[in-house]
Parts: sequence; C-alpha cells; structure tokens
Amino acid sequence: MAAADAMGARGFWLRTRAMLIKEFIQLKRDRLSFGMIIMIPLMQLVLFGYAINTTPRDLPTAVLLQETSDVGRSILAALQNTKYFKITHRARDEAEFDRLLASGTVLFAIEVPANFERALRRGDRPAVLVAADATDPVAAGSALSALGTIVTTALRNDHAIPDTAAPPFEVRTHARYNPAGATALNIVPGLVGTILTMTMLIFTALSVTREIERGTMEALLAMPITPVEIMLGKIVPYVIVGFVQAGLIISVGALLFGVPIFGSLALLALLSTLFITTNLSIGYTFSTIAQNQLQAMQMSMMFFLPNILLSGFMFPFAGMPAWAQWIGEALPLTHFIRIVRAIMLKGSTFGDLRYDAVALTALMLIAMAIAVTRFRRTLD
Amino acid sequence: MGALRWSENVTAPDIAIEVEGLSKSFDGREVVHDLSMQVRRGTIYGFLGPNGSGKTTTIRMLCGLLTPDTGRGTCLGYDIITETDRIKRRVGYMTQRFSLYQDLSVRENLEFVARLYDVPDPVGAARAMVERLGLHGREEQLAGSLSGGWKQRLALGACTLPNPQLLLLDEPTAGVDPKARREFWNEIHAMAGEGLTVLVSTHYMDEAERCHEIAYIAYGHLLVHGTVQEVIAQSHLTTYVVGGEGLGDLAARLEQTRGVDMVAPFGTSLHVSGRDAAALERAIAPYRNDRRFTWQQSEPSLEDVFIDLMSRARDNFQDAA
Ligand SMILES: Nc1ncnc2c1ncn2[C@@H]1O[C@H](COP(=O)(O)OP(=O)(O)O)[C@@H](O)[C@H]1O
Ligand SMILES: [Mg+2]
Repeated sequence: MAAADAMGARGFWLRTRAMLIKEFIQLKRDRLSFGMIIMIPLMQLVLFGYAINTTPRDLPTAVLLQETSDVGRSILAALQNTKYFKITHRARDEAEFDRLLASGTVLFAIEVPANFERALRRGDRPAVLVAADATDPVAAGSALSALGTIVTTALRNDHAIPDTAAPPFEVRTHARYNPAGATALNIVPGLVGTILTMTMLIFTALSVTREIERGTMEALLAMPITPVEIMLGKIVPYVIVGFVQAGLIISVGALLFGVPIFGSLALLALLSTLFITTNLSIGYTFSTIAQNQLQAMQMSMMFFLPNILLSGFMFPFAGMPAWAQWIGEALPLTHFIRIVRAIMLKGSTFGDLRYDAVALTALMLIAMAIAVTRFRRTLD
Repeated sequence: MGALRWSENVTAPDIAIEVEGLSKSFDGREVVHDLSMQVRRGTIYGFLGPNGSGKTTTIRMLCGLLTPDTGRGTCLGYDIITETDRIKRRVGYMTQRFSLYQDLSVRENLEFVARLYDVPDPVGAARAMVERLGLHGREEQLAGSLSGGWKQRLALGACTLPNPQLLLLDEPTAGVDPKARREFWNEIHAMAGEGLTVLVSTHYMDEAERCHEIAYIAYGHLLVHGTVQEVIAQSHLTTYVVGGEGLGDLAARLEQTRGVDMVAPFGTSLHVSGRDAAALERAIAPYRNDRRFTWQQSEPSLEDVFIDLMSRARDNFQDAA
C-alpha cells in the first residue's frame, strides 16, 4: 500500500471517488428513492398547477349595475359565460358590496357605474370598477387580468364599440387586503426551492444513520477513509440528482404556467447548485447527529417547516416581524427564493445577488463544519 | 512488499499485536478489564470466550474503532490510540455482523474496497478475488442474497483484498455449515503460511485446536493464553472419562461430591474433573469398583478446561461485572 500517496491529494480523490461510485450504485438500485426524485417534483407541480388553474374558475362575484342599459347587460352576460366568474349576488348599493367582500362571500365585486353606456359612446373612457379580495393573490391575479378582455370581447360582439381601437373604457381594479398581490409567477420559483429543500434534506438525512442501522458503518470506519471523504462521497451524487430535479421543475413550470426566465440560465444553474449543496450538507449534518433514521426524518421536518413559513414562500418576507426576518435570513430557502425570483422574473445578474450567494455559501460551510466535527470516527 | 513490511516496524519486528492493561467500560460497566496480550507475526491466534465476554470490544480497540479507557499498546508497531489511521490501512477487519453492502453485487463490493485502499487495477483485483473465492458466476448477485457461507467467504475476501498484514476475524464461522467452516480454515492457514497474522474469535472448540495459540476471555478478563497444550497443562485439572450405563444418575450424585469440580457429559461418556487430584481420587473412590462403570484417567479436553475456567470466573468476577 502506497503510504505516502494514501495521505495526499490523490488518496483523497481516490477514496472520495470510491465512495461516490458506491453511492451512485446504491441510489440506482433504490427504486423507491429513484422514483421519489422524479415523482415528488412532478406531483407537487401537478398539484399546484391544478390548484392554480382551477381556482380562477367560478369565483363568487357580486355585481352592482348602476344603470340598466344594453351595454350593462352585455357585460353581465359575458361575465356569466366565462369560467372565471360566477355571479352569485346582485348588490343594490355599495354598502352591500363591501359587506359581501369583507365577509368573504364573494371574491370580486364588479360595478358598472351610472351613465356608462353614454360615456362610452361619447368616447370618455368610462371605468368598470372592480374590487378584488386579494388575500388569495393567485386567484385574484389571473381573474383580474382576464377581466379586461372579457368585457372588451362582449362589447365588440354586441357592436357597442368598434372592433379596431383599443378598448374605449378602462377596468379600474382595486386589490383589497393584499395590495402587493403576488401572482402565480411567484409561486413556481418558490416551488423550485421548496421541492429541492424537501428532497435534498431527506436524501442525505438518512445516509449516515442508514449505514449505522444496517451495520455497514463498522466496516467503513475500520477502513482508511476520512469523515470529509465520506461526506463528499455521499453529497455529490445528490447534487446531480438535485440538479436534474431543478431542471425538471423549471421546465415543467415554464410549460405549465408559462413562467419566463429573463435572466441567465447559467447563473441560475450555478446558484441552484450552491443551494442544493447547502441543503444536502444540512441534511447530512442531521444524519451525523441523529441516533436513527426516524430521528433524522424528524429533524428534517423540523427544519423544513420554518423554511416554508419564514422564507417568503408563503408570506411576503417584508411583511414579517423583525424576529421572523432574522430567522428567515438564516434559512437557505429565503435566499434561494430571492435568487430564483430575481433571475427568472427580473433578469438579475450575479452582482445583484451577491449577498444571497454569500449567505448560502456561509450556511453550507457551517453545516459541513458541524457535520465533519460531529461525525463519530469510533464506535465509543 | 515483504521488505517494506519489516522495515515499517522498528520496535519488535516479530510482534504483530502487543497491548497492556486495556480496559473499557460502557455506561459505567466494565466489559474489558486490564487485558494484556501479545501476538507474534505469522501466527493464528484464537480468541475464545462465551458471549458477552468482551471479545468484540477487544478487537475493536485493536483496530481503532474503540478508544480504551486505560492501557496502551501497538498493532503492527503503531500505537492503537494515536496512529489508528496507519493501522486501518494495514489491517483487515471482518465484523461479527455481515457488514458489506447488501444492495451491492459481489463484484461492486469488492471493487469498492479495492478503490478505497487504492489497490492498483481495482476491477482486475476484484475479478481475481472472485476467482479465488470460487464465486465465479455469482459476481453480479447482490451480496444480500448470498447464503450464509458465501457471505462469510465474500467478507473474508473483502478484508484480504487490500493485502493486509493482520486479519481480525470476529466469529467468522458462526452459523456456517461444517464443510464451509473447514474450507474457511484451510484458507486462513494458507494465508498465515504466506506470513499473514490472524486473530480470530470463535466459539468452536475444534477451531481453537486449529490455532497456533489461544487466549480465553470471560467477563472481560483474559484468563489463560498459550498453545493448546500449554493451556491444558496450566489448568492442573485431573480428568476421568467414565463409560457405562446409568451415567445420568452418577453425574447427579458426583456433582454434589466435594473434590469433584466439574462433571460434563460427552456423548456416551462422562468427563469428571477436579483441580485437586487427591481430592478427586477420594471423591470417586466409592464408584470406581461399581461394575456398571469403566473409569479411565485421561488428559482434560480443551472444553473441560474452558468450562472449568468459566465456572471459576463466574465465582470470581460476576459480582464485579
Ligand atoms: N457500544 C456498546 N454499548 C454498551 N454496551 C456494549 C457496547 N458494546 C458491547 N457492549 C457490552 O459489552 C459486553 C461485551 O460485549 P462484546 O465485546 O460484544 O462481547 P463478545 O464479542 O465476547 O460477545 C456485552 O455485555 C455487551 O452488551
Ligand atoms: Mg462478539
């Protein structure tokens, strides 16, 4: 055995590679995990996709017609014919309107003001007033964006307005309760991070405890392999897995929801890899602390929850109290959601995302340091 | 390789293991007590003792998997506390429980070990080992689906693949059929013939007889060590083999008699032993002329010696343990 070599960089690489190959084969053979890699993102996307697509159907809507005219009736009929709105109430006055909205009985209140038809024919660009309950921004967003088209089409069909020009009226919306109004576009980037957090944590959280429970750890520890080599050998295969998952989610997301990617794909790939590695390191750390696989799973879930709640995925980050924001800053998902949203939706560059990239790297190194020191090299 | 082996050990080139005063406690209970032993290179050293006597714990301390609470020692010339990395690179350890990857094939397990130890041409080395183990045709079978005997062989193959200088085998033949056991031992003897040192723990008396030296451990105390002959001589046991009918009845009565330390049935005969020869003679005198029995003095068997050691150890240490 080449003693000098075994200590050096070559030995390090050889042992890490041995571990890597072994982990790859085991992963390949583990049908359940392999299925999870593909199924979890697809399932989540389809579930979310289904939810996003169907919520805007049959949304309870109240209308208040301040004039009785052909135009008013056309608009009403058009609304009723669409899949988005379902007119459940005819309000008599604005007070009833507000009550219906506040109680959550309806999500939309649409008002056609008095003298709308006359103003329209005069070319005054009158406004259809729409109040939306935006506590469910996803629902409100897509229905609102559809409204203008619906009304225009209805009026054109009735020859109330000419076919050519831009709509001679305006849809004046007022999003209540959640003026920020995050939309579906924000959900998909958040979903990338959420799914990756969940799967990456679970994969590595079980890796060390599994070897201990199966009795293979004793033989592994009796071999000349170091904790760093074991860790890298166990993390790297899943970086590739995570990368495939991220690609899957983003492309399916783009197909299903038409989420654009304005920024650089290479930058997105790079920072995604960083985020994946950070989560794998954290999962691996749990694995070195937990006594058994059940504990490792519980730790992962305990970590997953704040990631979901405090990262800005569920609630707008800026709206959280300061203490929650502090916790949020210490969670990888917070930074990744900022990164993905910025790259996909705003086309941000690395310069803009420096802070989040550094934060992710720091979290990764802290997790790795804990894992390597916590790793028990003996059976004591 | 041979030249390198010798030069690596500056201190005592012919000693593979030398430990002194090793103790280990778990949760305040001492499972190995003040254990000292020496194993010469190229020998097969048998480690015997009942379940829970501390064999596995001792072996783990030798290869750096457990840190002794007290004591010191070297393994292949390297300190068992501070130089475990060097020890691990030169020692093959076969664990009591099967510890290869059940979801990897025979070939993949061997290649993993070969790569980890930086064996040149790991694929070729694994293939050669498959041939040597007689596992040809089973390379692609998952290790978990092999029968007990084949698992044992594979595990032995895996820990000898990196050409270790010392093999630590923890009950390698437990639950293996006699034929596989014999082949296993032939293999071990062949390797020892090539200069490999083997420390093997076992329950089986016939295996003890195949070792160059043995040590007996009970309740964490190493009670005797030496060659089989030495151990038997050290026991100072006088043994009579009794044949005939109604031996069960005789055994029951002798057990109550002073001077008889041990009565053990062996097939159709009875072994009656005592530490004090004169006292034993007096004790059995009433039965010697009984026509139903034939009495013959003989050398105590290894098993007689161990049963005697066990019962004495129980009296001495059980309260402490
Ligand atoms: N890691 C451990 N923690 C607590 N007790 C242990 C541990 N390992 C072994 N023991 C105890 O130490 C004693 C000796 O065990 P062991 O060395 O495995 O004996 P043997 O190999 O001779 O059967 C047993 O009573 C066992 O329960
Ligand atoms: Mg044991």
